[in-house]
Amino acid sequence: MIDVLYFAWVRERIGLPKERVETSADTVSGLVEELKAREARYEAAFADTSALRVALDQELSDFDAPLAGVREVAFFPPMTGG
Amino acid sequence: MVVRVQEAPFDLGAELDAFASGRTDVGAQVSFTGLVRDDGGLRFMEIEHYPGMTEKAIGAIEAEAVRRWTLRDALVIHRHGRLAPGEQIMMVATAAGHRGEAFAAAEFLMDYLKSRAPFWKREVTAEGAAWVAAKDEDEDALSRW
Repeated sequence: MIDVLYFAWVRERIGLPKERVETSADTVSGLVEELKAREARYEAAFADTSALRVALDQELSDFDAPLAGVREVAFFPPMTGG
Repeated sequence: MVVRVQEAPFDLGAELDAFASGRTDVGAQVSFTGLVRDDGGLRFMEIEHYPGMTEKAIGAIEAEAVRRWTLRDALVIHRHGRLAPGEQIMMVATAAGHRGEAFAAAEFLMDYLKSRAPFWKREVTAEGAAWVAAKDEDEDALSRW
């Protein structure tokens, strides 16, 4: 089980900020495919992953990264701080 | 080196008075303050962040600035939550031996905070709410460092 977090419009499209996910995916992309297969709202949120960023255990990563040992995955749009 | 992520306003004058105070090896201190800008019809801005990652990401950016420019001290304060037009969103301050290092480090901190610290701005106007889109030039700005 891993914690999956969503922020900004990703959170709005999916309709929740955080959930526990049982996954057999090896990579972030694999997890995204599993989520997209669930429901239309996930399909809508992950329609264009080039518009998204991913963090693994609170470090920026990429969609090819392996999930082995990861406890927390977060998906969000490009950041707009400052 | 200090990082603060908070909902409450901060007192810019008091922060700058306290910053790097008591040191005698600082010849230059630079600060930047980001404000909520109203380009027309903005009621308020909401800033969301990723608690935990935000502090880590800013801390790493700050540590890199200190290392590269041998800063004597650095301070980053970034707010989240609901902010009205004209309110202070965030500030950075750098203290160095000379002004060149202090200015460069402050710009570096700002460039990285814009696109590597997990904050998302949402603008609420009379017409509705919209997430602020990241700009390509903000990403491009990182390549100069």
